Amino acid sequence: MATARTAPAGPASAGAATAAPAAPVALRGVGRAFTAPDGGTRDVLRGVDLDVAAGEIVAILGPSGCGKSTLLRIVAGLDHPTSGEVAIDEAPVRPYDVRCAVGFQEPRLLPWRSIEKNVALGLPRGTARRDGRAQVARLLELVGLAEFAGHRPHEVSGGMAQRASLARALARNPEVLLLDEPFGALDALTRLKMQDLLLDVHAAEPTTVLLVTHDVDEALQLADRIVLLGTDGDEPGAGIRQTVVVPGHRPRDRGSAELAELRGRLLDGLGIDRHGAARGIQATTTIPHYPY
Amino acid sequence: MTTDAAKTTDTERSGLPDGSVGSAFAAPVAVGGRPVAAADATGPVGVDARPSGDEERPAAASVIRRGGPGRDRRALTSRRWFRIVGGALIPLALLAAWQVVSTSGAVPVSQLPSPEMVWLAAVDLAERGLLGLYVAISTQRVFIGFAFGALFGLLAGAVVGLSRLGDVLFSPTLGAVRAVPSLAWVPLLILWFGIGEDSKVILISIGAFFPVYTIVAASLRHVDRRLLEAGRAFGLRGATLFATVQLPAVVPSVIAALRLALAQAWLFLVAAELIASSMGLGFLLSDSGNTGRIDRIFLAIILLAVLGKLSDALVGLLERWAVRRWA
Ligand SMILES: Nc1ncnc2c1ncn2[C@@H]1O[C@H](COP(=O)(O)OP(=O)(O)OP(=O)(O)O)[C@@H](O)[C@H]1O
Ligand SMILES: [Mg+2]
Repeated sequence: MATARTAPAGPASAGAATAAPAAPVALRGVGRAFTAPDGGTRDVLRGVDLDVAAGEIVAILGPSGCGKSTLLRIVAGLDHPTSGEVAIDEAPVRPYDVRCAVGFQEPRLLPWRSIEKNVALGLPRGTARRDGRAQVARLLELVGLAEFAGHRPHEVSGGMAQRASLARALARNPEVLLLDEPFGALDALTRLKMQDLLLDVHAAEPTTVLLVTHDVDEALQLADRIVLLGTDGDEPGAGIRQTVVVPGHRPRDRGSAELAELRGRLLDGLGIDRHGAARGIQATTTIPHYPY
Repeated sequence: MTTDAAKTTDTERSGLPDGSVGSAFAAPVAVGGRPVAAADATGPVGVDARPSGDEERPAAASVIRRGGPGRDRRALTSRRWFRIVGGALIPLALLAAWQVVSTSGAVPVSQLPSPEMVWLAAVDLAERGLLGLYVAISTQRVFIGFAFGALFGLLAGAVVGLSRLGDVLFSPTLGAVRAVPSLAWVPLLILWFGIGEDSKVILISIGAFFPVYTIVAASLRHVDRRLLEAGRAFGLRGATLFATVQLPAVVPSVIAALRLALAQAWLFLVAAELIASSMGLGFLLSDSGNTGRIDRIFLAIILLAVLGKLSDALVGLLERWAVRRWA
């Protein structure tokens, strides 16, 4: 599939609603503490510093519960940091920032609306009706749901709902696209297709993307940079443990030895045993299976 | 999201190994008519039995459309005629038992009039023009009272359910007012509004108000936060957020609340008419009680049952429509 892709990097064609330019994102010492049931506070994030360039794709990796979704929500303005600040294009993030579009970890489709109308919810305000319809139809085609445009969310599978949710976020055509495990519920093949779709869309509209994932290979395939989120020993609160610049240009060869080496390092960083591969030595090219 | 992107993936799609197969196995599926057959049918065609691509899904969709749940396959208990006949069985049995008991003479007619006596009482009242009048005036009171009560209930419920400030300001007071037993209002209403229509309609409005207010406020407060957050994240605010997320989410419970309020309205109607009135079914009840006309008491009770059920069925139709539309 990767070889079949042409790289359409031309300007946005007519019909696409107000193509927003990509915006850089800057996180400065971002921390988030939640009040615990016993009345105290519990640090979830601590001192996260991250600069994402305009149009860059950054993948956020980390164990479950380490605060990946929380970080994404803070960038989207759905949650506020207890310390530090987040700026998009040098301007502080506002509540429910309109410059962001979020693909939530759960599909969060409105159950009483058809898939088509749910995707249309993502269109920027003020999109002309006809343009909007065309845009939604195109996105549904892209995520392989054209046949299901009229179905309700409870009439489609979990993975299909997740694709609809992805289409809704893409419909926004945002400056910053925040995706929280957008392919988590997909089977292996559909997942690869959707990854390619995301890269196509990004090539056509190079928006800034923050992508949370559990899947090291997905991160290696999609991202310019990978950020490993985790706690440091007994310290409460997760921070950035490791940042990896992924070499080469997309689309990347999924089997390359260089990526395999990186994968090994990342798996180490996640605290996952590589089963026999001696550390530091070129790792095997077998692809570990989700969820490892 | 330009056409470029669309084209690219389109060409990709048709280039996929299973892309062409999709239409090939759509046909056997349509003939087979069962979704299960879809998975089996892929075998002979020579593809992996789990293509798991999107191409398999259009086929599945056509199965749903063509061989969908047919009329004939529906369970007996969900068929219309069965529901009507089944629902009428017990009333008919009761009527028959009533007839048997009253003609056997086991119970004196001063305690249990025969169905015929009740029928004759109805004919007698109808000939004097009273039956239609009583039914009409009672129905009118119920519907006016219900309309006002439900309207204010919706408004108050929306204010308390949607705004924190509204909740803080109004819900303790409304909770206290709700705690007042309905009949406690009667003397006050009569003093203030006399024994005319106003006092009755207001009492009925009070009866209809509280179920609507309580249910609407509670269900608005409990709209799925994650959906609300998604709505806000996609730029919905205020009235559009309400129309897009909150209202559709609560429509089924609003209808259920209206249904309850209508039942409550009939209840309060009888309370109002029993105490002070010169017309209506409640008056018929109290008047017949005073004059010992047990046949008319039976008539009034039966009329209340039938009218209550009919008006409830009207809201039930609305409910069925709304559930189909929103749920
Ligand atoms: N609203 C909240 N109130 C209290 N604690 C919260 C809240 N939201 C998140 N947390 C806590 O923050 C921590 C991180 O949650 P988060 O959802 O960000 O994890 P995650 O990295 O996305 O995990 P996963 O990979 O399983 O989705 C969890 O321990 C969770 O209990
Ligand atoms: Mg998460």
